[in-house]
Amino acid sequence: MREPARAAGVLHLLGPKWRVARARAASAGETHTARALVLSVLGTGFFLAAFGISRRILMYFMGAEDIGAILAGKVLAMMLLAFSSILLLSNVIGALSSGFLARDLDQIAAAPVSRPALYGSRLIETGVHANWMVMLLLLPLLAAYGAVYQGGVGFVGFSLAVFVPFFVIPTALGSLLTLLLANVFPARRTRDILSVVTVLAIAALLVMFRMARPEQLVKPEGFENFMDFVAAIDTPSSPWLPSEWASDAMMGYLRGGPIMTAMMRLWGSAIGLVLAGLAAHHLLWARGFSAAQEGAGKRTSTAVRPVIDRLFGWLPPHRRELVLKEMKVFARDTTQWSQLILLFVLLVVYVANVRYLPLTGEGMTVLLRQLVPFLNLAVAGFVLASIAGRFVFPSVSLEGRALWLLRSSPLAMRDLLWAKFWVGAVPLFLLAIVLVVATNLLLDVSAFVHVVSTAAIACLVFPLTALALSFGAFYPQYDSENAAQIPTSFGGLLFMLSAIVLIAAVAYGTGRPAARWVVADHFGWEFDSWRLMLPFALVVTSCVAFTVVPLRMARRKLEGLERG
Amino acid sequence: MIELSALTKRYGKFTAVDRLDLTVPAGELFGFLGPNGAGKTTTMRMIAGILRPTEGTVRIAGADLVRDPQRAKRSLGFIPDRPFIYEKLTGMEFLRFAAGLYGAQGKAVDHRAAEFLALFDLEPWRDELVESYSHGMRQKLIIASAFVHEPAVIVVDEPMVGLDPKSSRILKELFRRYTDDGHTVMMSTHTLEVAEGMCDRIGIMQRGLLVACGTMSELRADNDADDLEDIFLKLTGEKITRDVGEVLHA
Repeated sequence: MREPARAAGVLHLLGPKWRVARARAASAGETHTARALVLSVLGTGFFLAAFGISRRILMYFMGAEDIGAILAGKVLAMMLLAFSSILLLSNVIGALSSGFLARDLDQIAAAPVSRPALYGSRLIETGVHANWMVMLLLLPLLAAYGAVYQGGVGFVGFSLAVFVPFFVIPTALGSLLTLLLANVFPARRTRDILSVVTVLAIAALLVMFRMARPEQLVKPEGFENFMDFVAAIDTPSSPWLPSEWASDAMMGYLRGGPIMTAMMRLWGSAIGLVLAGLAAHHLLWARGFSAAQEGAGKRTSTAVRPVIDRLFGWLPPHRRELVLKEMKVFARDTTQWSQLILLFVLLVVYVANVRYLPLTGEGMTVLLRQLVPFLNLAVAGFVLASIAGRFVFPSVSLEGRALWLLRSSPLAMRDLLWAKFWVGAVPLFLLAIVLVVATNLLLDVSAFVHVVSTAAIACLVFPLTALALSFGAFYPQYDSENAAQIPTSFGGLLFMLSAIVLIAAVAYGTGRPAARWVVADHFGWEFDSWRLMLPFALVVTSCVAFTVVPLRMARRKLEGLERG
Repeated sequence: MIELSALTKRYGKFTAVDRLDLTVPAGELFGFLGPNGAGKTTTMRMIAGILRPTEGTVRIAGADLVRDPQRAKRSLGFIPDRPFIYEKLTGMEFLRFAAGLYGAQGKAVDHRAAEFLALFDLEPWRDELVESYSHGMRQKLIIASAFVHEPAVIVVDEPMVGLDPKSSRILKELFRRYTDDGHTVMMSTHTLEVAEGMCDRIGIMQRGLLVACGTMSELRADNDADDLEDIFLKLTGEKITRDVGEVLHA
């Protein structure tokens, strides 16, 4: 007689994930030492920079005797509130993927796995995936609080006691919300809706942050009286928010104040939500999972086809079909197009920042105002590089599982890159022009500076697009299911580093001679035109070279690819 | 027609396909058999131009696949074993896209695509995104995409996986009529009944080598066995080494 089989526990269910992560880390360590080194250096650099800035701000606050600690607590609560909203949304989406759409769920659902084990394992998986980035971002901030308020070694343990429930709360709440949503909508539709909601929430946070004009917090002299200043720092808060409890507990510990109420609220809510989630999971998961298996059919309109056909009718059929495919896939993928909302908000915030630049105050000369556009050129270039990194870099990876079709057809890889290049470059070009012309108009620059900076940004678009495409071909993530995660890879990082070098070179190569010309013109000095034309020619030649060479390299890489 | 000459594929020290010589003439339906890991899919992918041969040549309708890939691939339709396609295109859009890759366009393509969608009962789904298709529907869509540009040669890896009985019947009929019209089909399969019932000739691969090739009657005569399953197990040396009953009660 056989012994009755014991049901798999939480650790057993998490085993494969843990082993995969360990194997991945081991293989990365063996084969990509340079990669690990670059990431470590950049990670340390980020930590030190974030720690340094946070520490400096806190030291500044400490200088204000009456309100310094209040400000420090408010800033922490504000940061934690922003993090909480992002955490809740990313946990909802994460729970949807791990709890209803993951590929291994079929096997698990068919096995006699206990519901608590399934709930526990998916809760941990969701929590790790959705929270790790915020955890890393929090580290330098907390380290700065510990250092400034001299928290000592005990602060590390206390921080753990505060932030374990702080992270469990959005994970448990997110999983619970997902469970309810999956029982109401088909899972794929839910993910689409949530992607848009997430982006809108982040966009709203950005606008809120911009409208709060945080620069005024460090300029109290700008307020008419002390009460106005205190009103200005009264950021949205509530005694019912976990971010407020965590902030109260941390500041209480650091300043010797009460901590028990905040800690009990944090732990009580975390445990209560986990238990509520467990009960709801027991009742609703099977129904939701079954509903998630039913595909959400989406009928598309065919009315615009003749118009689009005419618009691109001049292209040969293979290029036209590639361009149309790129546009359709982008427009129909909610995780892709919804990022445009965030992008739009970022651009509005950027232009608004330029508008608020103190260009008319004391010490600001006409000359300096003419030079600002070239600094603006570098920042605008960085914005374009970020967009290229987000949308152009993943485009080769996104072919992933359909590469068999492209590789077995007579399509030349040159044509594939051609389509991807222009589908990326044209919108970027238009955006670049709008961005620089708008900011130049706000800065009220001269016609000469206007023309040079606009031409320079126009030149930058093409090598940035080519570099994004090329790095994407050299460091593809063919198996990635989420386009938004692809740019966060090592290749994406290398692209951004290369792009920054190129942007700096172009901004310097155009800004320096143009500045000299402006100075000479202002004072009526002689200025040889070759001193202007030579660097400009060099910039244009470099931009052409950084467009053509990466594209050729990418073509060769794709032609030698053995996958499909 | 397909001509393979000394076709070899090595992965480091492992030889997946070893000096394969094979000609599949126009008008023939050729079946490609072999145990898992024998090198069938690697061969099919080399013929489709997805994998580059380490040595040897592939000629499709007279064009060398390495020297003149565009011309060779223009005559080819490939059906892979795993139906991964663009999730965000509709069935009709995918067929237009696939045809466009071969330079085919216009009303003729739309008409032919619509006919194939109707043939496989996909007409009601033509304007639905592929993401809502089942595994079998995707497989049928991919089969349609291989035919829509009217290639001279079809290379197909495990075509029956995921198809319902009606679609399997349609596909068999499609391949038969297609070769009767003078086209070439090379098909790998594990379903021996399908190979036995449909193919003009059958090739059996084992550890990268073509260990037998001929018509069913030639294979029967050479191996002194009537049944393709017996011939297959004999040629590939595949034996059931453990007592199944014992394993079940272990």
